[in-house]
Amino acid sequence: MAAKTAIRSESGKVRRVIVVGGGLGGLMTAIKLCEAGVPVDIFSLVPVKRSHSVCAQGGINASVNTKGEGDSPRIHLEETSYGGDFLANQPPIKGMTDAAPGIVYMLDRMGVPFNRTPEGLLDFRRFGGTLFHRTAFAGATTGQQLLYALDEQVRRYETVDVEDENGMAIPGEKMVRKFEFWDMLSLITDGQGVCRGIVAQDLKSMQIEAFPGDAVCLATGGPGIIFGKSTNSVINTGTAASAAYQQGACYANGEFIQVHPTAIPAADKLRLISESARGEGGRVWVPKNPKEARRGRDVPESERDYFLERRYPGYGTLVPRDIASRELFLACFHEGRGVFTSRTGKNENEVYLDLTHIPKPTLKRKLAGILEIYEKFVGEDPYENPMRVFPAVHYSMGGLWVDFERSADGGLVHGSPRNQATNIPGLYAAGEVDYQYHGANRLGANSLLSCIWGGMAAGPAIASYRKGMGKSAYDCSSSLFDGAKKREQDKYDAILKMDGAENPFELHGELAQHMLIDVTIERHNDRLDKVLAAIDTLEERSRKVNVLDTSSRMNQSAQFVRHLQNMIVLARVIAQGARNRDESRGAHFKPAFKERDDANWLRTTMAMHADGANGNSAVNYVREVSYNLNGQQVNVSDAVDVSLVKPRPRKYETAGAASATAADDKKAAPATAST
Amino acid sequence: MSQAKTVKLKIKRQESANTEARYDRFEVPWLPQMNIISALMEVRKNPVTCDSKQKVAPVNWESNCLEEVCGACTMIINGRVRQACTALIDQVAPSGEEITLEPMTKFPLVRDLVVDRSRMFNDLKTVKAWVQLDGTHELGAGPRQSPENQEEAYPLSRCMTCGSCLEACPQVNDSSNFIGPSAISQVRLFNLHPSGKMHAKERLEAVMGEDGVAGCGKAQNCVEVCPKEIPLVDSITQVSREATKHLLFGWLFS
Repeated sequence: MAAKTAIRSESGKVRRVIVVGGGLGGLMTAIKLCEAGVPVDIFSLVPVKRSHSVCAQGGINASVNTKGEGDSPRIHLEETSYGGDFLANQPPIKGMTDAAPGIVYMLDRMGVPFNRTPEGLLDFRRFGGTLFHRTAFAGATTGQQLLYALDEQVRRYETVDVEDENGMAIPGEKMVRKFEFWDMLSLITDGQGVCRGIVAQDLKSMQIEAFPGDAVCLATGGPGIIFGKSTNSVINTGTAASAAYQQGACYANGEFIQVHPTAIPAADKLRLISESARGEGGRVWVPKNPKEARRGRDVPESERDYFLERRYPGYGTLVPRDIASRELFLACFHEGRGVFTSRTGKNENEVYLDLTHIPKPTLKRKLAGILEIYEKFVGEDPYENPMRVFPAVHYSMGGLWVDFERSADGGLVHGSPRNQATNIPGLYAAGEVDYQYHGANRLGANSLLSCIWGGMAAGPAIASYRKGMGKSAYDCSSSLFDGAKKREQDKYDAILKMDGAENPFELHGELAQHMLIDVTIERHNDRLDKVLAAIDTLEERSRKVNVLDTSSRMNQSAQFVRHLQNMIVLARVIAQGARNRDESRGAHFKPAFKERDDANWLRTTMAMHADGANGNSAVNYVREVSYNLNGQQVNVSDAVDVSLVKPRPRKYETAGAASATAADDKKAAPATAST
Repeated sequence: MSQAKTVKLKIKRQESANTEARYDRFEVPWLPQMNIISALMEVRKNPVTCDSKQKVAPVNWESNCLEEVCGACTMIINGRVRQACTALIDQVAPSGEEITLEPMTKFPLVRDLVVDRSRMFNDLKTVKAWVQLDGTHELGAGPRQSPENQEEAYPLSRCMTCGSCLEACPQVNDSSNFIGPSAISQVRLFNLHPSGKMHAKERLEAVMGEDGVAGCGKAQNCVEVCPKEIPLVDSITQVSREATKHLLFGWLFS
């Protein structure tokens, strides 16, 4: 056998890295790996161009400061920390906000059709939690446009040959191979607990295969489907994250689930109406008279209650999402002031989101994408009528725990193998599936940024890890892979034989009801106890389902049974985390514990999978994780690194409160002051 | 409850391309703001057909975003190709008429309503639908572009690769290799971009001839069915003109 090289294993195989998930996080990771000369296998449930990133609408944040407002990455860092109620480690945020302007320029170079100013520069708009114009956008389908740009670059790498040590093309080997319509079933870990690849299933032929990889990066997005109807796409069940968690990956801050204030209710999904609607001047209101019978457009100005602007004069309708959602919930559920429908005689759970005062050409240029969605799904003209919206589960701040290495200036050590590393050596995570950047609440337009930045950090980190690793996964014994494949084949065969009385789709509906009603905007301990008891029962029942379909070809029912079981396990992590955290912070709100409690709870929730009673899962909460990365022992506690912005009470009533210290810094250094 | 409103579906079922097709009828409860997807979701909760009263395998279909930006759930609904997510029950069947669902016919069948559209993604490789980037490291701002340029590019860039245009195009059939409107429109998009146009020639060469722009029969069906109202015929005309120019005079400049 030859010696291992940068490209080949001792056995002569091309040493690839596996990326699971083909949204922004996964594709950016793949591009960075390719640039570092590392060939990649991408696995995705859907053709990557159809990933959930397409649903992001409003834009991507970067303090490019083209509007003469004095914005800076320092202010972006502070507002992100403040918006997240100080639960996020600050060095990774600094890495992200410092890189943001470069990321937007890179996307522009890739051909993203960002909206332009008359001078031909990138245009920026406002978003929640800031007073600055910081959000670059491509109409109101920014996520789609960003995904397409990365998809195109990755497709180019599908045509690029892998070169050997001497720069010669290796026949038949391309830099990127895609496995689309494949479902990750489990990680393959060796005797030392190092991740050596994955087992995955082809969803067309239902064949199960084991794939070696020198490292694996999960970029599989959030678990919104646990809540049934949400703004998420149907593939967002969190199944891969749950599988990794069940194999020992730490899951962090699971209880922090973002509810977006403005979505359109419907039978299959709650469609998002982007925060950019408010960023461009849209206003939220309910009629002052709770029994107002006139249509929204006919209610005169003086008879409208713009309750967000009234209660938060500093940030108005652009308060962060957790606050806006709670206020909408309060108005509809507790005060009974939702829009009144004379047909039903009821106050619906709906408020008005009004754009009708904005000129139509402006709306067409900047928001057509979302207004088209409203028109198509509601059948009403949003240019003429105020839209009717209500909050919906949207985003998971929590996710797989990932590490970082802090640099001397408080940012990240670029290319450190610890960045984006989970506690399973060789397993990385990037994008919504990681917990790193948003703390207790994510600011709008920071998700596209954190996905891409996560990939930019993960790619070089994985390349460093792969460089420093001992034995390649391709030199591991074949019995490791054969054994893992057989385990998963047996599990799948068992699913195909399930002939119980329960319908898996009905069970999912029940799980979703519990999670939606009691684990979203308002959380009460007695109700959370009931949810946890229900999860126990559901987990037992999920072992008694009927698979409905025994076909050996594309079998979506059998696949769903697996996803359902994985969803139930993650639901427990979310609900138990919420039950434990007796405080209110960002999206986690307990009326019985209204205040933030830094003394006890300014810490990361770290969940480890354990076996519970009756064959069910349990959660073991730990205060520290440790792992061994290429011989380096790493221990990390649950303390949050708040070294860059000192925690302070979070108040959006006063303009500029979210950026107060960065503004002070500026005053202290008059040479850079510009506003 | 016998008076309750229902949705009637007639769905083409096929285990694989090599097995015989059949139609199953289902009836599910009507819900407010229901679309085809939510009707299919109801079916799988209780997959019993109207005719046999027997439980059958739930219907397989493809979907993801459910808001018409991913392109996954494209199928034939009452004879017309479109996305199932934006097909609202009250609009498709205002008086409770039976709704027929079938898979697209221009792509290999996988199962039931699912087809394999991978050829479309391969076609994007053929036309080099990307900007040739030097790298993702920081290289400063991108090229300046006028708002007009952005307004021409953006609609073209909204193509979801859903396949509606190929399905509706009479020139796309078993006996032709016509690449179809969507890939040609991507040539226009990238040849518009200030850096993308540096490789305009290669893209034009990829769509010359019968399998490319010359394959268009100008039926205009593509623009009729495109859910994003992309000016596909304009794109084909423009790219065709550029390709001809390149063919006639390209040698002068190369």
